[in-house]
Amino acid sequence: MNWLSSFDELSRYRLRLTAERSDLRPTLTVCMSTGCTASGSPEVLRALMEAQRKLGAEGRFAIKRTGCHGFCERGPLVVLRPHGLLYQQVEEKDAEAIVASIIDGVRPVERLLYQDPATGVRVTREEQIPFYQKQTRLLLANNGHIDPTDIGDYVAVGGYSALEKVLSSMKPEQVIDAVKRAGLRGRGGAGFPTGRKWELCRSAEGWPKYVICNADEGDPGAFMDRSLLEANPHSVLEGLLIGAYAIGAEEGYFYIRNEYPLALRHVRTAIQQASESGLLGENILGSGLNFTVKVCRGGGAFVCGEETALIASVEGRLGEPRPRPPYPVERGLWGKPTDINNVKSWASVPLIINNGPEWFASIGTEHSKGTMIFSLVGKVRNTGLVEVPMGITLRRLIFDIGGGPPPGRAFKAVQAGGPSGGCLPASLLDLQVDYEQLAAAGSMMGSGGMVVMDDRTCMVNVAKYFLTFTADESCGKCVPCREGTKEMLAILTDITEGRGSNGELEKLEEIAHWVKDTALCGLGQTAPNPVLTTLRYFRDEYVAHTEQHKCPAGVCRALIRYYIEESECPGCGLCRLNCPSTAIKGDKQKPHAIDDAKCERCGVCVELCKFGAIKVE
Amino acid sequence: MTEGVAEAQIRRILDRYQGDRAAIVAVLQDVQEALGYLPQEALVEVAVQTGVPLSQLYSLATFYRAFSLKPRGKCQISVCQGTACHVRGGRLLLEKLERDLGIKAGETTGDGLFGLETVYCAGACALAPLMVIGGEYQGRMNPIKLDKIIAKYKKGAIDELVVEFR
Repeated sequence: MNWLSSFDELSRYRLRLTAERSDLRPTLTVCMSTGCTASGSPEVLRALMEAQRKLGAEGRFAIKRTGCHGFCERGPLVVLRPHGLLYQQVEEKDAEAIVASIIDGVRPVERLLYQDPATGVRVTREEQIPFYQKQTRLLLANNGHIDPTDIGDYVAVGGYSALEKVLSSMKPEQVIDAVKRAGLRGRGGAGFPTGRKWELCRSAEGWPKYVICNADEGDPGAFMDRSLLEANPHSVLEGLLIGAYAIGAEEGYFYIRNEYPLALRHVRTAIQQASESGLLGENILGSGLNFTVKVCRGGGAFVCGEETALIASVEGRLGEPRPRPPYPVERGLWGKPTDINNVKSWASVPLIINNGPEWFASIGTEHSKGTMIFSLVGKVRNTGLVEVPMGITLRRLIFDIGGGPPPGRAFKAVQAGGPSGGCLPASLLDLQVDYEQLAAAGSMMGSGGMVVMDDRTCMVNVAKYFLTFTADESCGKCVPCREGTKEMLAILTDITEGRGSNGELEKLEEIAHWVKDTALCGLGQTAPNPVLTTLRYFRDEYVAHTEQHKCPAGVCRALIRYYIEESECPGCGLCRLNCPSTAIKGDKQKPHAIDDAKCERCGVCVELCKFGAIKVE
Repeated sequence: MTEGVAEAQIRRILDRYQGDRAAIVAVLQDVQEALGYLPQEALVEVAVQTGVPLSQLYSLATFYRAFSLKPRGKCQISVCQGTACHVRGGRLLLEKLERDLGIKAGETTGDGLFGLETVYCAGACALAPLMVIGGEYQGRMNPIKLDKIIAKYKKGAIDELVVEFR
């Protein structure tokens, strides 16, 4: 590794790398993130390398592993650069065709190109795909371009130039001022102004001071922090370094979920390479800044995303929150001033320094600046990570970028902000997504989860799902959260199982408000949001459960019945063979029937039936 | 597991952290990784070697989801119950596994081959519903694909046994 002892050496290193890499030799990038790996990208990578050898094309083009593009739905993704040709859902058997097409003077392999479902037209270039076209990719800009395990790749695209600028020409106060003027707010969900947090930590008494990157992404339905750490770990590390300088901290931590093995590996590699290059350790780039960073693995407790619980966990204690104040910026890790920011907040910092606070502040709305990464998942055609300016409408996000719900289904709700957020109905599709507007609608930014639900999703069941989660993850320290979530869950269970009455709804609402007002930490205070928002926007659906004992979406088992529509059943037998309770009878090639007494409503038959012959009522 | 083996293994793990008492969660994570779970003897050994009270270790081991006091499967299956998986049939997937393996989430099959657990979001929501089996992510699951995967792992286990037997 190159040891960089001064700003000059860093600049020379970057110039050399840029020169080395500026030749226009084509490069095939293969996405090796968790999503594409699950879809088979390691096999594709191997096949591509083999095909390259077999066709004698070594030296004609390079093959590179990259991190997450965000378009996981279409993985494995292979992109030919600099052409920007995106091949999707690539399989091993496609490798030779791809390699041959490069040797022949780069002719796209038509069948692997993305096909616009609306027009049927094949789209050649990555940036022309509607999913990408309507995004503003700043934090994710280099995902899919650089090899996350090679610090040189990051430096070559301008990495660590913000650190250089800060250390060579800015005082800590000026850095804080820049972050304040940029208007950056905490991307972990609550939206506290980042610059203000830094300032409070800098001015707090006590030494040493600590900075922590909160990568305990526990929100079910969100994976942008994983993606950033996997695909571009140095961008987060650079932000952390700049923050350490501004605050006056010499030690930092990455607190990473144990469920993210690849992110852990890439962050560790990044730290090692930065240490070996002189970008971590003592007297960084000759500036006099000392900074080291350690990695902490989470233990699988949702509550550890709360900053006081996170600190307890880093100290080797139970991850239970404590009352604030004192805030961690005054008394945090080991009782010392500690600044904790989310992965995306840290990664935004180099962008602010490089492009200027005014540039950053020009993106977004009056009080919410910059971009936000949402994980657009659930019942939507294009699932994946999307980065958009703050203030985009839900409609643009879900329909223009996400392509709307799957064919034949209707949009019903979107759960924004994970278990702490709320379910928003179709009437709010024109809501501008920023901290204030989401809060006004009873939801919150949270970590940016956007789970889309269609007409086959039961909102009472969804509320029950979230309460199952929060009741399970409640650390048990304070009574309102520990008991309140359990009580709400019991009522919701009664309703979904046909035992609810209208009086229960008022009781549910009362408990929800009580927990919201009295729980100890942010997690408990926001746990009732899914209940309150579903009650507010989908009360009819609750009433259908309690009064008519019906589940309009056909989800709640105690309230539904499956049957086979004779005219639509060709008698293929797939359902009969797979029914776990042997409730389906019928002769081959003849319509089948479900024995209602034996049916356990598991739904396996509905999922398997290729003819849509199994109905629910 | 004999006690001598655990003792040496635990000493090696503790050496990595050089007496850093804050690293106790990491120590337990490493022990769990090495032994597959946290047996009582291992917790006692960690307590003896670090001076951290056994009661505290027990409370950590039961607080964090990552730890298990019972042996886990040779092949551990984590079924994602995150929001995206939930709306795309994650519960059906879990129920089918419970039926097919004859165990509930949190349990291990009698032959020790499969362990079943749930996770709230494995972070690959675009591929919902999904599970992680033997460290491998398997996305866009359906009942037929599940049967194939389980059969593959069962066959793998039998092949391994045959090799051991020879």
